[in-house]
Amino acid sequence: MAHAHSVKRHKGLMDWLTTVDHKKIAILYLVAGGLFFGIGGIEALMIRVQLAKPMNDFVTAQQFNELITMHGTTMIFLGVMPIIFALMNAVVPLQIGARDVAFPFLNSLGFWTFLFGGLLLNLSWVMGGAPDAGWTSYTPLSSSTYSTTHGVDFYTIGLQIAGLGTLIGGINFLATIITMRAPGMSFMRMPMFTWTAFVTSAMILFAFPAVTVGLVLLTFDRILGANFFDVAQGGNPVLWQHIFWIFGHPEVYILILPAFGIISEVVSTFSRKRLFGYSSMVFATILIAFLGFMVWAHHMFTTGMGPVANALFSIATMLIAVPTGIKIFNWLFTMWGGQITFNTANLFAAGFIPTFVMGGVTGVMLASAPADYQYHDTYFVVAHFHYVIVGGLVLGLFAGLHYWWPKMFGRVLNEGLGKLEFWTFIIGFHLTFFIQHFLGLIGMQRRVFTYLPNQGFDLMNLISTIGAFLMGVGVIVFLINIAISFKQPKGVDGDVWKDGRTLEWAIPSPPPEYNFKQTPLVRGIDAFWKEKMAGNKEMTPAEPVGPIHMPSPTILPFVMSVGLFIAGLGFMFTNDDFGNSLLNFLFGNYIITGIGLAITFGSMLLRSLFDDHGWHVEPEELNDKGVKA
Amino acid sequence: MTTPHAQQASSALPHEPEKATLEGRNKVLGFWLFLGGEAVLFGTLFATFLTLRNQVADGPSASELFSLPITAAATFILLVSSLTSVFAIQAMHRGNRTSLVRWLGLTVLLGLAFLALEIYEFAEYIIHDDYGMTTSAFSSAFYTLVGFHGAHVLFGILWISILIGQLFKKGLTVVTAPKVYVSAMYWHFIDVVWVFIFTVVYLLGKVVG
Amino acid sequence: MIGQVVFNWICQMPVHNRKKTEKWGRSMMKPWKAVKRLVPLFVGLALLLSACGREDLSVLRPQGTVAEGQLGLIKLSITIMVAVMIIVFGIAAYVWIKFRRKPGQTDVPKQVEGNFKLEIIWTAIPLVLVLILAVATVQKVFAYGENYSNDKNAVKVKVTSHLFWWEFSYPEYGVTTAQDLIIPTGKKIALELKTADVLHSFWVPSLAGKTDTNTDGTINNAWLEAKNEGVYLGKCAELCGPSHAFMEFKVKAVSEDSFKAWVESMKAPAVLPEDPAVAEVFKNQCLTCHAVGDQGGPVGPNLTGIGGRESVASILLNEEGSGKPVGGKPVKDNMVEWLTDPQKVKPGNKMPQPKEDLGLTDEEIDAIAQYLADYKLSY
Repeated sequence: MAHAHSVKRHKGLMDWLTTVDHKKIAILYLVAGGLFFGIGGIEALMIRVQLAKPMNDFVTAQQFNELITMHGTTMIFLGVMPIIFALMNAVVPLQIGARDVAFPFLNSLGFWTFLFGGLLLNLSWVMGGAPDAGWTSYTPLSSSTYSTTHGVDFYTIGLQIAGLGTLIGGINFLATIITMRAPGMSFMRMPMFTWTAFVTSAMILFAFPAVTVGLVLLTFDRILGANFFDVAQGGNPVLWQHIFWIFGHPEVYILILPAFGIISEVVSTFSRKRLFGYSSMVFATILIAFLGFMVWAHHMFTTGMGPVANALFSIATMLIAVPTGIKIFNWLFTMWGGQITFNTANLFAAGFIPTFVMGGVTGVMLASAPADYQYHDTYFVVAHFHYVIVGGLVLGLFAGLHYWWPKMFGRVLNEGLGKLEFWTFIIGFHLTFFIQHFLGLIGMQRRVFTYLPNQGFDLMNLISTIGAFLMGVGVIVFLINIAISFKQPKGVDGDVWKDGRTLEWAIPSPPPEYNFKQTPLVRGIDAFWKEKMAGNKEMTPAEPVGPIHMPSPTILPFVMSVGLFIAGLGFMFTNDDFGNSLLNFLFGNYIITGIGLAITFGSMLLRSLFDDHGWHVEPEELNDKGVKA
Repeated sequence: MTTPHAQQASSALPHEPEKATLEGRNKVLGFWLFLGGEAVLFGTLFATFLTLRNQVADGPSASELFSLPITAAATFILLVSSLTSVFAIQAMHRGNRTSLVRWLGLTVLLGLAFLALEIYEFAEYIIHDDYGMTTSAFSSAFYTLVGFHGAHVLFGILWISILIGQLFKKGLTVVTAPKVYVSAMYWHFIDVVWVFIFTVVYLLGKVVG
Repeated sequence: MIGQVVFNWICQMPVHNRKKTEKWGRSMMKPWKAVKRLVPLFVGLALLLSACGREDLSVLRPQGTVAEGQLGLIKLSITIMVAVMIIVFGIAAYVWIKFRRKPGQTDVPKQVEGNFKLEIIWTAIPLVLVLILAVATVQKVFAYGENYSNDKNAVKVKVTSHLFWWEFSYPEYGVTTAQDLIIPTGKKIALELKTADVLHSFWVPSLAGKTDTNTDGTINNAWLEAKNEGVYLGKCAELCGPSHAFMEFKVKAVSEDSFKAWVESMKAPAVLPEDPAVAEVFKNQCLTCHAVGDQGGPVGPNLTGIGGRESVASILLNEEGSGKPVGGKPVKDNMVEWLTDPQKVKPGNKMPQPKEDLGLTDEEIDAIAQYLADYKLSY
């Protein structure tokens, strides 16, 4: 054992910058995602304040367009995606009985590229104006002719960098789930959350490169003078819409599938019953993912694709209702005959089911193209996708966070505050968005910075704004709950809910660095529950106690991401006149871009030249750590 | 991956050294997944190109611009480089480092020749025909698709060169073998992409117009 | 179809009925205690009624063939979806109440793997529901995708969207107008839609769903038809810049005779300001972009007969307008407000500032506003 010596350990900030431990990366994702979620939330509240009364002037028209663009972009790419990745990082390796992910280095790289992409995007607020062409950034509005600030450049380049991080994360989870499962954990014994993480990762792999290309094309149009979307030179703006939605629609399912997984775990645990119709759940998940790639053009019914295309995409979209319905009924029948406990996690899961159904049925309504000619780009659509993303995904994330919080941090969240948080959030949510269906139907189009009085919009908008603030209260209560939870001593019982079914509940909370002292042997679905029912307190080990190989911490992923950040920033300002010959020279000749890329590729080279052999946790150390007997 | 030379595998290394360790197996699998993403990336670029290939505005059209002999030669060179890369992997499976390094070196040289032809081609268009990124939607799509591929070739050349250096310094081990293996996968991938480029961009442009 | 009945009862209730309900509501507001008890009820009722929206703006109160058919589809889908929701919510409520864990319960519930029959049922039923909706959808997709631009009986209109105004030209009659689309009732209007700059979307909720106005090469066709005379609100439904919210227009449906009279009066020679000094300023500063009658340019909105339109700059409503807008102001006041500071009224619009950029004085603005306000067509 040449590498038996313990590796250089970092402390404090350096520990976080260099960590390759999936549990710490999960916390990094949670903090960063939470931060962006907060920013997106404040943007949402500003939007609602502006719309609280007709002809309001809380913000200007330009500021409003920047707010809606950043709200949508931030929430989707930088808010909820990272929180999903936080839960996937925290839970998936534990659920499959793995000591780590397949690529710890890439895992860290994925996080840092996401973070620096997100920071770059948000830097636009203080560097000349945020993007203002909507999160969909339709051309020609997003071209340099009509959007003259650097806002859209921050959007295109920031999202390319952040998207790269997501793609890397997706590949990592696919490989982890394929190769790192514990002995006996066949695909059809995997917990539902792991299944959805797997399918979501596959969707990320096939959807994100498409948007990356779209963003590259738009960047080239704006900075290099290319003509992809410039009609005068033969370009085609509708091409952007196709590329964007070929990514954009799968993205919706990328977001919602993990929530389905969370709900499956939570409902099953707190009903003390195994998931009803597990195989059909798996089948439905895969079918949803597959159909998700076939329906992008339903976002473009009014673009003018002709009746044949509209009819086909209508029918394809409606079909998604079928696998989704299977899931809903399976959850209901998981609870049927069970013994349901309504703690905060399960309350959120219970709130999820009807709320998501409401978002789902409006989705089927929107799928009908001729009716969509009326709904499209109105508040009806705004209501629909908030029901799916907030009422579906965000409620799911809250359920997941309350459920796995003790596992991640070794502390439980307060139930009283949790219930307060649930009720304020869900009442606020329905108050905000239910009424928006009607606003759309009576003629209010979306993305309007204000509206004339006497159109019947005033009262409904006011109610919507009040609801939004109630949701804000719910989130603040959650933050207070988190703060209070850290006053507890660390280290609750490993199986804190007493009815844990899957492998993560078989190890201490929070888990040791190496997760499992001995790799567990999986003997069926709900492996830990099965052992408990057989009268065992622990999993049966699949191997004797021995030294455990661990990857070394490294700063390189951080440095590589900084390099991309510099390169992106440099490229964006290529055509600017700084009134300073040195700066003009550095930016105009791609020198800053070159330096950034040199940092990134140089770090890659270092990574290749100096092999990381990792280090080992010795059996003696294992016993020292007081692993549960 | 059984080869006729399997019997000659050196005793020090397992037959398929790239798959000997979990790290190696993960690397190969992860790289396959990465190539799946790359396929979508190039697929989207191809779709863009096909949408815009007749949108020449005031600039020249594909049939006016392209010269098939140069690109045919480039295609031939890249196809041969794929073959040399196969030989390299066979040498690796035999555990023959010297042969491996030689075949890799030849692959790099062929890659450089391809790149030189491409740079020559681009320079002709840009300098002699004054035909650049900004000329038309077609030119933007052409330079972006073919340029993306060219950048991939350049990256591959640098990557394989560095691996040759590592093979000299560290030898052929279960750590270096997966690296060589995935670089070969990458090289085949960009070769396949080029076959599509040759067909869709050049042949279609020249023949169909 | 209970859903449909309820819906019709609420949204298609005769207007006088509705007013009565509101008045009755108000008279009850006096005794404080009763109010306290009844407030939620009335808020609910008022919401339900206002939820149907304005007759000239709401999808739920269609005034034309296309919008009626679309509402039919909306009602069909709502009915199906409400049924689905009732079933799901019903089962959910039942299990939540019935299967709660009781204190001290320690037995383990039966671990059920699944139920093939049940799973087939909840796959098949949604499939059937979806098929019903799909058939209705496909029928209407083709009906509303029909192109009437070669139909002799249809009136053809070329719609061109600009930042942030609408241009309507009638190729058969050789006239072009802006902001108010004048159409005859009872006839199919064949629209050809395109944009002059960024993407916009043409939407008249009470007459027909929206169609995007794309750039050259992807020009769209659509059609609509108004059953009754009246003024209907139109909106831009695709984010197009700062004043996207203010990019409104009106569709004014008139009798066929009036429509013919309007076309004739549009073709009449331009009327210029009487005062030669004002006429000079108007010609030099306004007609470089705008047109009146046979004079001027095509860059800005055509001003022929602008005094008789429903609004100035689409959002300053004229109280003289035949739509009788609530909160309208005299057309001249609106005109002065607009000409004094267009950027304040419609941020980001492309018109030069009359004072700062064109050097107009307050007196000149007032004179031009008066002239434009008086420029009305009779039809």
